[in-house]
Amino acid sequence: MSPGPCESPMRPQPYVVRGVRRETHDVFTLELEPAGDAAPLAFGPGQFTMLYAFGMGEVPISISGDPAGNTMLVHTIRAVGTVTRALERCRKGDVLGVRGPFGTCWPVDEAAGKDVVLAAGGIGLAPLRSVMYRLLARRERYGRIALLYGTRTPEDIVYRDELEEWRGRLDLNVQVTVDRAGSDWRGNVGAVTTLLPRAEFDPANTVAMFCGPEVMMRFTMLALMKRGLQAEQMYLSMERNMKCGIGLCGHCQLGPFFICKDGPVFPYDRVKWLFGREEI
Amino acid sequence: MKTLEPILREHPFFEGLEPSYLALIVGCASNVVFKAGDVLFRDGEEANLFYLIRHGRLALELTSERGPFTMLTIGDGEILGWSWIIPPYHWHFSARAVEDTRAITLDGNCLRAKCEEDHHLGYELLKRFARILEDRLRATQLQLLDVYCPYPGEKR
Amino acid sequence: MTTVNGDMTEQLHDKRTVVIEPAGLDRLIEVLSRQGYEVVGPTLRDGAIIYDRLASTADLPVGWTDEQGPGTYRLRRRGDNALFGYAVGPHSWKKFLFPPALTLWRARQAGESFEMEAETAAEPRYVFFGVRPCELQAMEIQDRVFMKGAHIDPSYRSRRENIFVVAVNCGHAGGTCFCVSMQTGPRATFGHDLALTEVVGNGSHYFVVETGSGAGAEILDDIPHREARDEEIAAADRLLCDTAGRMSRELETNGIRDLLYRNYENPRWDDVAGRCLTCANCTFVCPTCFCHTVEDVTDLDGRHAERRRPWDFCFTADFSYLHGGSVRSSAKSRYRQWMTHKLAAWIDQFGTSGCVGCGRCITWCPVGIDITEEARAIRESER
Repeated sequence: MSPGPCESPMRPQPYVVRGVRRETHDVFTLELEPAGDAAPLAFGPGQFTMLYAFGMGEVPISISGDPAGNTMLVHTIRAVGTVTRALERCRKGDVLGVRGPFGTCWPVDEAAGKDVVLAAGGIGLAPLRSVMYRLLARRERYGRIALLYGTRTPEDIVYRDELEEWRGRLDLNVQVTVDRAGSDWRGNVGAVTTLLPRAEFDPANTVAMFCGPEVMMRFTMLALMKRGLQAEQMYLSMERNMKCGIGLCGHCQLGPFFICKDGPVFPYDRVKWLFGREEI
Repeated sequence: MKTLEPILREHPFFEGLEPSYLALIVGCASNVVFKAGDVLFRDGEEANLFYLIRHGRLALELTSERGPFTMLTIGDGEILGWSWIIPPYHWHFSARAVEDTRAITLDGNCLRAKCEEDHHLGYELLKRFARILEDRLRATQLQLLDVYCPYPGEKR
Repeated sequence: MTTVNGDMTEQLHDKRTVVIEPAGLDRLIEVLSRQGYEVVGPTLRDGAIIYDRLASTADLPVGWTDEQGPGTYRLRRRGDNALFGYAVGPHSWKKFLFPPALTLWRARQAGESFEMEAETAAEPRYVFFGVRPCELQAMEIQDRVFMKGAHIDPSYRSRRENIFVVAVNCGHAGGTCFCVSMQTGPRATFGHDLALTEVVGNGSHYFVVETGSGAGAEILDDIPHREARDEEIAAADRLLCDTAGRMSRELETNGIRDLLYRNYENPRWDDVAGRCLTCANCTFVCPTCFCHTVEDVTDLDGRHAERRRPWDFCFTADFSYLHGGSVRSSAKSRYRQWMTHKLAAWIDQFGTSGCVGCGRCITWCPVGIDITEEARAIRESER
């Protein structure tokens, strides 16, 4: 659905807010539908859109909904800046601007026939939720599936109901941990890497996907390499400042890559020579 | 009485250990069960046991003037405790069962004696501990970095 | 007009080489203006040669030249009436094709929703009068950025497709030029409608003109000209050959991409950071730098919004802002980003170096940082 060559790729399309859900004190989920009779946005898991709040500005937000034919465009957003706080004030019926979808997808099809390990940190669970939907839609195509999710405190856990539902499934290994918790927390405490010993997978036949802060992804990668995974089995989602989403503005560069069009999802092999370096 | 050897053999900690050593170690082993809420040991107490967790969840807690603070939870297939190798053999945290937990304990005195007798066994065990120590150290670093914290003074 | 699709920038036409007298250039400006073009080219302003509207050749910096060096730019009289006896100044043609500020669209609030205003305004049709060969390459490079990727910038394209390019081969090597290293000059080989070589001295003053497109050949019908004689062509060639021999500096490009990728941690970056003021002058004057930002603003009552696209610069802290901090917070990382992008990453991104050897970044750097010297220092550190 990228605009034709004559249409300006910088003009947002109007989308109506159909649902607002509060996930945590600073995270919320918006469900959007194209205004008028426009077709729903087709996207792949891992892709993002540029979300425009009228007059306030535009931010890149990954798509966290079901890629399969759902009419709703779902975004889970953390209110940390002017634009995201403006989006937080949205109510049902408000209209936002959407450009996209942009960027690369998670290797969901390539993972067929293999075990899958998803490691999410904080709000990084949002784009991996789209992966979960795709995996579950064709559960029989995959081996063991582990979703390891680490966040700051129990209060920061997003998608609680869904996580609870997935944890109840025998064909999924869903583990949640937090960095710190009060004494009333009955769940896991510790970095997301402490969940790895509890995930069973065949290191020779596994695809791992990470989304979260770079440090968290780096630690997870090292831990998985210790378990025998190779660089080419791992995929990660990178983040940089983005202004245009279409590879023109230059902000999101990482070495030769534009995160917005060469990423955000990269095979680790492709970026490992840049990954973890300072100030690149 | 059924020997604990098959249980030890299946535990990931002992994966790949020569059967003769397992036979040697099993003499130090006991089967234990904890109910949710049970305290296994407290900070400062003498550390004389090494726990192999079979099933359940334990919280490792640091004590502070404001009560316990959980730094890590561990569960199935993991281990707890290396203070029994390191003089003066005292725990530096407390352990509490979060869920009903089944475990095997290995007596520290007994293990130390066997390791002193056979340094090859001692080295085998230390290699296993070193790996876990490294995992825990890295995990603690990541936890301390507080990577999910929204930065102060943010704008956008 | 020059075609801008693909690598074929030269339309098939019967290429001609003619001679035009200085007065013929005034006629050329007149004819093109009458066709609705806005003629822009070099002119004197505030002690520098910049690009702006030209009404006639009298607006050119006639008889002037420039002295350039790292952090130095001075105008000086030549002692003749040359129209193009100088090198490039602080401006480049990108200011016309990729304006420093541009409004992308306007919208107004309508209840809970908003309405986008229809796209308006045909872009201006420019004659670029006096484009240097390195600048033709710079335009080709920006074409790749804005027109040859998955997403096209419609504003750039409509401006670009409508320009008429009068190139000028360089009979004067600027004090910071290194086009020979970058293989972009001193002779125009593509991307122009007409290419002039000015020959002045010994009592004669004429332009050897090569046509570069059908449109260029056609317009000769309206301009007084005659076929170039062999000795005139030879005089022009000699001039360009001399210029090529007078390059002030060199940049070794062999393997430069991998060289810079290997040297992210080279201590030379600390050295240059000790001098760099992160003022972004180099990116301002660079004819290929394309980074920009996107700003959404409203009027006072908040009912009318517009999106603007001003230039942006990788030397600012905000450029790499992410979650409360800048990814590139040090001067070292910003200079490294600029130079590594220009000379290395560009090759991966667009299949060409991002540098054309025009020397502007050296001249206009207030502390005289020289990209050729920095590249050489990194290369030599490996020896």
